[in-house]
Amino acid sequence: MAAIEIIQIVGLGLITTFLALVVKEQKPIFAFMLTVFVGVIIFIFLIDQIYMIVTMLQKIAINANINMVYVQTILKIIGIAYIAEFGAQIAKDAGQGAVASKIELAGKVFILVMAIPIITAIIETVIGLLPY
Amino acid sequence: MGYDVNMIFQIAGIGIVVAMIQTVLKQMGKDDWANWVTLIGFVVVLFMVASVIDNLFQKIKGVFLFQ
Repeated sequence: MAAIEIIQIVGLGLITTFLALVVKEQKPIFAFMLTVFVGVIIFIFLIDQIYMIVTMLQKIAINANINMVYVQTILKIIGIAYIAEFGAQIAKDAGQGAVASKIELAGKVFILVMAIPIITAIIETVIGLLPY
Repeated sequence: MGYDVNMIFQIAGIGIVVAMIQTVLKQMGKDDWANWVTLIGFVVVLFMVASVIDNLFQKIKGVFLFQ
């Protein structure tokens, strides 16, 4: 199943590359839109697979009796990373390197903010271990 | 999947057609009309892309538990 889909995605990418080459000579903006569109399509394609992975991770976490808050935080962090990467790539494609770095910066900051509860828990645990 | 591939060709086709129309209009000496055609073509494509991006973001929200 996944083997067929990789062929589909590669075909999609090749078609897009050629079409973008053709269109770029006349109207670069349409070529850019084409690129964005195909990026989104591939992402939507992958999201079902990612969903399966996430479900598996959640099942493992439940079996391991891990606090679900931590698992959800990690999932959210992964989601933030994906979205930020996606937006940054699009901005970079359009030649806006500065905007791309700002998006990446925002992603990093948000990830750090999401990680605050986990970091606090770790620090509290370590402090609890220390003998006074 | 077939639906999405059709949309890719639609976007490329809109780009080529708009470029042709613009060339014709420019040769007729109607530069302002040519710009309007480009703008409208761009808005149509932007609408398509934006709706797909919205779809993607909704799915990401669902999968990664952004609630």
